[in-house]
Amino acid sequence: MSLHVQSTRDPSLTSYYVTDAFYRELIASFTDWQRDDREITEPAERERFRALLEREARLLDQLNFDDWLAMYAPECIYWVPGTPNGGDPRREIAMSFDDRRRIEDRIYRLRTGYAWSQAPKSRTVRMISNVEVFAATSADRRMVRSNFLISEFRPDGVRFLSGWCGHRFVARNGRWEIEVRQVNLIDCDQNLRNPSIVI
Amino acid sequence: MLEKINAPSIRPVASADLYDWDELVQEDRVHRLIYTDTAIFAAELTNIWGAVWVYLGHDSQIPNNNDFVTTKLGLRPIILIRDSAGKIRALFNRCTHRGTTLCRKERGNAHMFTCPYHGWSYLSTGKLRAVPWPDGYACDFKDAKFNVAQVPRVDSYRGFIFGTLNPDAPPLIDYLGGITGPIDEWLDRNPGGKVVVCEANRLKYKGNWKLAYDNSGDGYHVVFSHRSLLEMENRLADEANKGMSYYKGSPDSKAMYMRYTGNGHHFKDKRPNIEKRSGGLWAVEGPAPGSEHYEAEFRRRFGAKADDILDLAGSEPVNINVFPNLSLLGNHIQVFDPVSVDETNVTWFGTSVVDVDGTLGDALDEINALRMRTQEQFPNFGEVDDLANFEEIQRGLACLEDEWVYMHRGLGIPGRIKTDAKGEVTAPATDEAFMREYIHEWKRLMKASPNLVVQREP
Ligand code: FES
Ligand SMILES: [Fe+2]
Repeated sequence: MSLHVQSTRDPSLTSYYVTDAFYRELIASFTDWQRDDREITEPAERERFRALLEREARLLDQLNFDDWLAMYAPECIYWVPGTPNGGDPRREIAMSFDDRRRIEDRIYRLRTGYAWSQAPKSRTVRMISNVEVFAATSADRRMVRSNFLISEFRPDGVRFLSGWCGHRFVARNGRWEIEVRQVNLIDCDQNLRNPSIVI
Repeated sequence: MLEKINAPSIRPVASADLYDWDELVQEDRVHRLIYTDTAIFAAELTNIWGAVWVYLGHDSQIPNNNDFVTTKLGLRPIILIRDSAGKIRALFNRCTHRGTTLCRKERGNAHMFTCPYHGWSYLSTGKLRAVPWPDGYACDFKDAKFNVAQVPRVDSYRGFIFGTLNPDAPPLIDYLGGITGPIDEWLDRNPGGKVVVCEANRLKYKGNWKLAYDNSGDGYHVVFSHRSLLEMENRLADEANKGMSYYKGSPDSKAMYMRYTGNGHHFKDKRPNIEKRSGGLWAVEGPAPGSEHYEAEFRRRFGAKADDILDLAGSEPVNINVFPNLSLLGNHIQVFDPVSVDETNVTWFGTSVVDVDGTLGDALDEINALRMRTQEQFPNFGEVDDLANFEEIQRGLACLEDEWVYMHRGLGIPGRIKTDAKGEVTAPATDEAFMREYIHEWKRLMKASPNLVVQREP
């Protein structure tokens, strides 16, 4: 058993990292982080993260999911809470709480050509602004808050999705990778029509 | 105090006189108008949403006295509250003065409600508590007509709370009838037969509410509507027999079946397709965040008992549909909620389990965490495609001259559909028999002239 486990810990294929300890650490790191005393004001550092968020937005608008996912750490989370305060994902259903394998499921499904909620595919344009960078408890991590506005066109018109994102970045292999992306829609606890794009 | 509403003199055209219902709902087909006509939608608010037992909420959402959630009965805003004496009431969320809603929160705890407009206040029983500057009124407000109107009949079945405005409706237990069997089994696989409602996947679509109910037991659409999900579920070689893969090939040859149990209720039972053993459900559950970790962890800590625990995170393969607005499937409590003739909210409440007898011990939080993740799969990767298709039906039905919607799959094939001594109808999983049965029940209700009442505290 343990040999098998060791040899198959590719997070694209199996999910071993979403553990009780992982949840506890995640919830703690998304509590009480947007604090003035932790803000990093150095322009170069702020600019670095702003550029990463803008790149991510562009890749999603272009449906370039391969390059988008390549911005993420191997063990990552795409989290769209269903409550305005993020909630406790151990006790609450989220709109989405994807580990890497489920993100890859999501992408795979959208590419089958049979995802009717995305037939035709939405056209989106994302605006990212109000980017603030905060120190995290460990030196190799950063917490980044940004606001977004997504204009989404479907055949019956354009609608807007808005909210803010909390990104947790980790320094790895000489670059900053996205470890967790928490997407907070302002209407996340309301009944939403066709939330089938990667938000 | 019971109070008749819709006095004949001020009642709009009675539903019974609106259409020739037998023409709209035929043996094998229904007219597009039942999905598109605003007059029919308006009549449904009385003849369906007022006249039958409608699901309002779950016990676990209001565990303590004075706990409330706001909900709707058709379009009527409702405060579902456990009053200060512990009695569950469904208060109209409407001030008796000039009509303002009394509560704008989605949930909370309150022993009284004060109207924001002129400050009239009410107890959690609905009784008027005080009116500002009463000396400006000639009356003394002792008349019951100033107490909040409420749903006269509120009852629950094993935690599921229903209400109706119809004094002539049968008792809830009789209305549910044969569907209580599947509900019991759905509950009893959880420790102590209990579930607790947590947050929800909240969705909506631009289409008539009946499109969702038509679909709720539809075994015909699965491999087509959910092709992307099935391909996704089977993309990894060792997952090939998981999820809904038993629909592939020829689903009618499988052991699963559809059963109509009366009063519009029905269920699709897919359990016969999977191995009935401890761990059988978990064995076919698709991958979820944390699956392998928790499985290994539970096996290490609990040995042979791990299978029972893991099954709690598996999706129970049934669709239990209680007319008109409740559907139990997997571990979800799905609620259909009409907004207008062509808009419907579909809310997938998640459920967690409780450790009633100490058997789960320190695994409780972990099994619930895993159960949250398995429950997120279908709304994200399946339901969105269903709702997109419902919207496309609504668009298609704009073709005025093409009037008919067919639901005749299985009809007229000798030996295919079986009716037992209790009158329950059993058919293969892809059959539209349940659709024909429920829509005929709907027709019977639309032809009726229910005498709805509200109640007020004396
Ligand atoms: S409308 Fe409520 S007090 Fe006047
Ligand atoms: Fe479906």
